[in-house]
Amino acid sequence: MLNISGIHEGFVLDHIKAGMSMKIYHDLHLDRFDCTVAMIMNAKSNKMGKKDIIKVECPIDALDLDILGYIDHNITVNVIKGDRIVEKKPLTLPKQIRNVIRCKNPRCISSIEQELDQIFILTDEENEVYRCKYCEEKYSG
Amino acid sequence: MRHLMSPLDLSTEELEQLMDLADDMRADPQKYADCCHGKKLATCFYEPSTRTRLSFEAAMLNLGGSVLGFSSADSSSAAKGESVSDTIRVISSYADICAMRHPKEGAPLVASFHSRIPVINAGDGGHQHPTQTLTDLYTIRALKGEIGNLTIGLCGDLKFGRTVHSLINALVRYPNIRFILISPEELRIPEYIREDVLDQNNIPYQEIERLEDAMPELDILYMTRVQRERFFNEEDYLRMKDFYILNAEKMELAKENMMVLHPLPRVNEISVEVDDDPRAAYFMQAQYGVYIRMALIATLLEVKVC
Repeated sequence: MLNISGIHEGFVLDHIKAGMSMKIYHDLHLDRFDCTVAMIMNAKSNKMGKKDIIKVECPIDALDLDILGYIDHNITVNVIKGDRIVEKKPLTLPKQIRNVIRCKNPRCISSIEQELDQIFILTDEENEVYRCKYCEEKYSG
Repeated sequence: MRHLMSPLDLSTEELEQLMDLADDMRADPQKYADCCHGKKLATCFYEPSTRTRLSFEAAMLNLGGSVLGFSSADSSSAAKGESVSDTIRVISSYADICAMRHPKEGAPLVASFHSRIPVINAGDGGHQHPTQTLTDLYTIRALKGEIGNLTIGLCGDLKFGRTVHSLINALVRYPNIRFILISPEELRIPEYIREDVLDQNNIPYQEIERLEDAMPELDILYMTRVQRERFFNEEDYLRMKDFYILNAEKMELAKENMMVLHPLPRVNEISVEVDDDPRAAYFMQAQYGVYIRMALIATLLEVKVC
């Protein structure tokens, strides 16, 4: 069994779909943080079979939960303070996501306009549909 | 300050007010002949469009205002690589209102974020063309007395035609509207219009292939062009194209007060012999397009009638 020590203050992202932790590492821009990051991949899970876990030792304010909610709102976010879990933050689908995904419609203004934010709006919560704010094209993975 | 990006930016009440104003402008053009005196409309057309641009310019001139602008990206600073955001910031210093057509979808919306003057979307790629929809709605109301209690036939390319999608979206907000969607199998309305708009609003509709079958039931026939390039093979195109030529023979099947609309340009889908039929309203529709644009410009500029 691989042992990774606990963290004093920061957060633990649990129940990440196996294989997704690297994507989350990049999407949360964890590479830009001056802090310790531990990634556990393919850990055994009763609920999921296999899962990934990310532990980050940094202030919780630094985490963009909106991005995480979009990536997978089933991820558990445990906030750690003084070596203990002090809060479990619920994730919901964000109403709007900015500069996380790109519009693939070649006719969209976002394909040519300089430094235009890539903004997507949640238009159908039930079916988790996001549409580009500019051209309204549905985002499909 | 308001902009117009989509026909749904206006509530049905606001649309009624706009159409009432257009009615008054049509009845008494002299009353409004100077109401935009000293105001300037910038027509920023990044792609050619004779009809829409001239309609906007005629509307502003009818209101006593002036127009300036460009009619292709080549003759604008876009050719030098200027962004839409920068262009509209500059145009805001030159004009009081802007009508923008752009091949990229969402360009007028981006312009509106940086603009100090009202921006009207005059067509953005295959996305929206709100003033065409306002023209269609206004023509229906002007000629039928109300928008509602109508069986509307939409005929031709229902898959790619943005005017048809916009019109359906706008019409489902009115009472007792029924659609007959006439198109070849290959050019039926997209699934999202069928499910998200028609089904979700419980709008009755039929999808059929033969125009003749629909003619006797229609109060309005909205024709669009079937384009050869949409078909996978020539044989299918040849089979379908004659279905959708409206001629005097087919008009005989229609009600006496049925009305034929077309966003224009017409190619061959309406035979010229239909032009003399009193039910052919497509050239009148172009005239109504000027009145509704006049009403829109005056409303967005918040000008007082002299």
